[in-house]
Amino acid sequence: MTKLLETRLSKLSRRAFLKAGAAAGGGFMIGWVPHAAKAGGDAVFAPDAFIRLDSTGKVAVVMPVIEMGQGTYTSLPMVIAEEMDLDMGNVTFEHSPAGNAYGNPMLGGVQITGGSNSIRGFYMPFRQAGATARRMLMTAAAQELGVEEGTLTTEPGFVVHVRSGRKTPYGELAQAASALSVPAGVALKDPSTFRIIGNSVKRLDTAKKVNGAAKFGIDVQIPGMKVAVVAASPVFGGTLTSVDEASALQVAGVRQIAKLGNAVAVIADHYWAARQGLDAAAPEFDDGPHASVSTADIVAALAKASEKQGAVAKSEGDAASVLAASSRKAEATYEQPFLAHATMEPINCTVHVKPDSCDIWVGTQVQGRAQAIAAEALGMQPEQVTIHNHLLGGGFGRRLEVDFIQQAALIARQSPDPVKVVWSREEDIQHDMYRPYYYDRISAALGEDDMPAAWTHRIVGSSIVARYFPDFMKDGVDPDAVDGAAENVYGIKNFFVDYVREEPPGIPTAFWRGVGPTRNIFVIESFLDELAALAGKDPIAYRRALLAGNSRALGVIDKAAEMSDWGTPLGPHRGRGVSFQHVFGTFMAQVAEVTVSERGEVHVDRVLAAVDCGLPINPDTIEAQLQSGIIFGITAVLHGEITLQDGRVEQSNFHDYEILRIDKSPKIEVAVIQSSEAPGGIGEPGTSGIIPAVANAVFAATGVRGRKLPFKAEDLRSR
Amino acid sequence: MINFKLNGKDTSVDVADDMPVLWVIRDVLGMTGTKFGCGVGLCGACTIHVDGEPLRSCIAQAADIAGANITTIEAIGETPSGQAVQEAWLHLEVVQCGYCQSGQIMSAAALIAAVPEPSDTDIDEGMSGNICRCGTYVRVREAIKEAAKSAAAKRAE
Repeated sequence: MTKLLETRLSKLSRRAFLKAGAAAGGGFMIGWVPHAAKAGGDAVFAPDAFIRLDSTGKVAVVMPVIEMGQGTYTSLPMVIAEEMDLDMGNVTFEHSPAGNAYGNPMLGGVQITGGSNSIRGFYMPFRQAGATARRMLMTAAAQELGVEEGTLTTEPGFVVHVRSGRKTPYGELAQAASALSVPAGVALKDPSTFRIIGNSVKRLDTAKKVNGAAKFGIDVQIPGMKVAVVAASPVFGGTLTSVDEASALQVAGVRQIAKLGNAVAVIADHYWAARQGLDAAAPEFDDGPHASVSTADIVAALAKASEKQGAVAKSEGDAASVLAASSRKAEATYEQPFLAHATMEPINCTVHVKPDSCDIWVGTQVQGRAQAIAAEALGMQPEQVTIHNHLLGGGFGRRLEVDFIQQAALIARQSPDPVKVVWSREEDIQHDMYRPYYYDRISAALGEDDMPAAWTHRIVGSSIVARYFPDFMKDGVDPDAVDGAAENVYGIKNFFVDYVREEPPGIPTAFWRGVGPTRNIFVIESFLDELAALAGKDPIAYRRALLAGNSRALGVIDKAAEMSDWGTPLGPHRGRGVSFQHVFGTFMAQVAEVTVSERGEVHVDRVLAAVDCGLPINPDTIEAQLQSGIIFGITAVLHGEITLQDGRVEQSNFHDYEILRIDKSPKIEVAVIQSSEAPGGIGEPGTSGIIPAVANAVFAATGVRGRKLPFKAEDLRSR
Repeated sequence: MINFKLNGKDTSVDVADDMPVLWVIRDVLGMTGTKFGCGVGLCGACTIHVDGEPLRSCIAQAADIAGANITTIEAIGETPSGQAVQEAWLHLEVVQCGYCQSGQIMSAAALIAAVPEPSDTDIDEGMSGNICRCGTYVRVREAIKEAAKSAAAKRAE
């Protein structure tokens, strides 16, 4: 090696090592025709849209939802394996194509992975599917053996003739079972006999994720494929005015410039050539109508809108009169910023447009929506567009959106070759569809018993549902915007919640991990802490009193209190905070312990979480999802903030849109409460619960009530 | 032509000297285990080993690796520390979405190769350049300790 190289490498590797710039059941099955498909020469038993049994006894589960880290590619196959009586070692998965057969019954039959709905939507349908497949294999075996079906049972992978002990492997029955009609109403197992559900089962998707073999959308390689890098107008709503095509085409490896109304793409042999070509292209844009948009103006508009009456989400009793008459009350304003998703896998989409069809290789949470937007962009019918879904390098709501799929289709139709469009991290941060800025006004009056006698909560912000799911809007109320806020979980007698829709000019808004509850639980659980302080009560005792009789709620609160040694002293600059929530069908309590330095820097030391998500399917995944959601939420409390000036997003990469790193990561302990209730969601509640737990802990440590995220050191400095 | 050894094999590429090694590996050589995350050395997803040392391949240039021994995630399991890390990763179910894990594993393998019994501080220093948006850090830490122990036990055999 040259001397120069040695110097460079040692510099880089030292940096790499030390910090690497760190400082720096139902109707959804209708229409499915059972058949014996041919796959690789093997007879396949396919009794529904999900189960594919081949002649070797392997079962591939065609997954209606996509794996993005949440473990669904293991937990849902576990449900089928339980009822079908399979050894998990013989179970694999396939991504589903776009298709109505894969719609989630929890989401009106729409094919979507989101809202912590996968287990909730498919638990019963998958049990039914597994039980039905098992019954058909038994019927096939009865016919083959010439015995009564009642003389047969199963053990994993085999139909067993009880008296003789004769075993027939499932694989040998695949062909015969395919000829049978699908029976209805097959009885399910007694849950007390479950042997897979409730045990921690090894994930099916991870072996290939530790050796580089797993394929994410960005890893797609198609013969003849080119790579495109994009620059969209830095101001939302701006238009492309000029491109230096000649200079871009002079860059070695650059093949073509594709212009769109609001963006330009440079298509090249590889990413680096495209990137350099884009720099040479030096695109210019007309900023359009949103050139002067700033966060300050958006917040001012939200504050003004908060003076208006909103659409009523919940009204019980007469909160306004009780508040007016009360002398013991509190009121507060809470604010939460725009947030980017910042999935680790940058946004990408590969498209091959042919004269009569189109293939799309992408990682998406919405196969059907992806197909529809591409068809519309290309003037095709949806059936002409094939979606090849991939593992997602993070979703968090970003891949519920199809803006980048539409863009990639419009770029690729200008090229004869397949084109992989890859966004830079800067493009990702500056052209996300953001979690909206929310502005909440909340007030309460305490009764003589010190408990809240009246509560009003006005939620002001962008409606994602109005754009994304317009049919779900109800009398002006966005059900997501008020999710977690309108349920009156604490049973307050005079209770009023309303919603004012106020859209930020030009800024695209979208769902973000934890959706509505992530915003609302922060406000509610922080404000409840304010009321406990006003009443002079312990925050846990206060919640316990309000939740008397709610045994699942008390169960998680008491467990979290016990785990945290609640009430024991912590020492100077330290504090404990609690949160409780019942969202996504799951009960959860979290206690956070923080240290706030004299300079105002918050470190979350330890988090204790107790969760009752009903029947636990894969307990290890539940723990992992809580660890994940908690760290995701801490990033939001301590760092997450997208700001705008002159119509432009001011952040661009991980130096100014920081993500929590391992050195600032807390210890996390999780307790999963045993339960036989219906399974609840687990991908998101960790995030919604941690944010107020940290906020309340910071209050306990400093006496400063943080009502605006993210927390800034200058507001928490010792005075 | 730039010549180097990639996962033990002699390799030649005809690319510009300043092309980032990441794109040489992914787009020219077609090995996609090494990931693009930020492009500026902030997230660690692109970590490879150059002569056994971890390097952010998105900010290293092709000319810099001339004559070097490059190891990527596809072959790290052939090293004792890499194998120990992969086993611990699966045993403790570290992985979620998995996108950053190539880089996490490459950094972890380099860490336990350099520091056979890493303390929490060593782990903070060795791993804080690797971002995981799924927040697998609690298990990354446990798995590094487990991998270090199993690697040490194997050396003692």
